[in-house]
Amino acid sequence: MPEFFNFLKPKNELENQGGFPENHPYIPEELWIKCPVCKGVMLSSDLMDNHKVCPKCDYHFRIAARQRVDMTIDEDTFHEMDADMSSTNKIDFPDYEKKLKSAKLSSGENESVITGTGEICGEKTVIAVMNSQFMMGSMGTVTGEKITRAFEYATLHRLPVIIFTVSGGARMQEGILSLMQMAKTSGAVKLHSDAGLLYITVLTDPTTGGVTASFAMEGDIILSEPRALIGFAGPRVIEQTIRQKLPKDFQSAEFLLEKGFIDAVVQRKDMKTTLARLIRLHSSNDKEVSSDECL
Amino acid sequence: MSAYDHVTAARANDRPTSVDYISRIFGDTFFELHGDRRFADDKAVIGGIAEINGKPVTVIGLEKGRNLKERMDRNFGSAHPEGYRKALRLMKQAEKFHRPVICFVDTSGAYCGIGAEERGQGQAIAENLMEMMTLRTPVLSIFIGEGGSGGALALAVADEVWMLENAIYSVISPEGCASILWKDPSKTAEASECLKLTAQDLFKLGVIERIIREPRDVESRIFDSLKNLIAETFEKKQAIPPERLIELRYNRFRKF
Ligand SMILES: [Zn+2]
Repeated sequence: MPEFFNFLKPKNELENQGGFPENHPYIPEELWIKCPVCKGVMLSSDLMDNHKVCPKCDYHFRIAARQRVDMTIDEDTFHEMDADMSSTNKIDFPDYEKKLKSAKLSSGENESVITGTGEICGEKTVIAVMNSQFMMGSMGTVTGEKITRAFEYATLHRLPVIIFTVSGGARMQEGILSLMQMAKTSGAVKLHSDAGLLYITVLTDPTTGGVTASFAMEGDIILSEPRALIGFAGPRVIEQTIRQKLPKDFQSAEFLLEKGFIDAVVQRKDMKTTLARLIRLHSSNDKEVSSDECL
Repeated sequence: MSAYDHVTAARANDRPTSVDYISRIFGDTFFELHGDRRFADDKAVIGGIAEINGKPVTVIGLEKGRNLKERMDRNFGSAHPEGYRKALRLMKQAEKFHRPVICFVDTSGAYCGIGAEERGQGQAIAENLMEMMTLRTPVLSIFIGEGGSGGALALAVADEVWMLENAIYSVISPEGCASILWKDPSKTAEASECLKLTAQDLFKLGVIERIIREPRDVESRIFDSLKNLIAETFEKKQAIPPERLIELRYNRFRKF
């Protein structure tokens, strides 16, 4: 057995079957996941048990927005907002309908963000989670509208807002209307902030472009997952502009921490409790300290 | 004129730049102010105080430079974070002293480089968007040439946005769009059409309030008419209570 299999401890009948996908074509391939960083191979169930973090090298795999909601929000407390909103081709951009259709199919979602209310260890919050599987989390009009409505709802009901960002930036297919979402969302963040309410952003891999240059960087507290790529311009664009190679780890979460642009790098397994602690530190009502197992 | 003709015109080297507008509209009443008080003075952004019809106004412009030496000096109008922070400093100052703000926008985009990222280009733009939205004084942005994406928007969260007839405003450069769409950066003309980046298109989309005609003898006529328009507009906007002004500005962007 190659050494990268050593950490695997097959839990089920796979044990008796040896566990090599190439020797056992009847084992569905999806059961095996290869880490893109350390190239280690692991059972997808083990990866899931580990919050989709590579047990060998700590690589945080990208995860779907629904799964992020499940990981973060207490069971049965999530109420989605504006679930049915979906984009239209407002500037008649070539093939945009086709793009939207395939994004909906591949992600199983209507847009690049899920918004709603829920509880984190009993703390009520508004949450928005972006989805890299939907046109690389790009910001369309509906993305901006859902986020704006989430902030407006939070301002009205005096709730904190948590946003998990993942985005390639603006959505070219919506032209200038995509750019306007940066101003629209930033306005909603400002009114929420002026009302004295807490906004925490959690930057995940990758967060770039128009999202970085708007609500991602506007949190009272900005957290990030380890090694997430965070930047205004993408690394390839910078390399083309300056005609040189970028240093290693440039634009990583740790790099931004060092430069003073984020507050903390938080492991995925600790994210929920970290968010709960931070919300609790900002809640005005003197709730009794709960014996919540969550914290 | 095709969309691409507008792109070419907007980028033309002999086009008046922010310093031309400033000197022709405000004359020698303009007093330049430098620096962001945090890191440096970004020459891609020119700013200061001036008078219009005897009343003080804060002036900010993205400046490309008028010859090669100037263009190098001003980084071809692509600002670093310190440029956006300088702009915000001057806007906050304008708010404090109850004078309106005028921004001249002319940039292919915010600079993409190592220093820009290290000093938080995204954060600098984001902060401008947030703070401009609730600035308690009128803000007017005039696009005089190129309006490249977030780097232009960072000076355009305004009560009104005007565009010169041949100016453009786009979320991505036509070249960038073409290379993503067709893997062919030479299809710039097609991409220019798709992006709806001309003043006419943007007026139809409700993104701008006014198109400024560019007569052939640009130099002589455009500045005088602009000066009057700016003065009139500020007079009207300054009569609006700040809370109402902010509400109107919020709704201006909320509709998109
Ligand atoms: Zn790994």
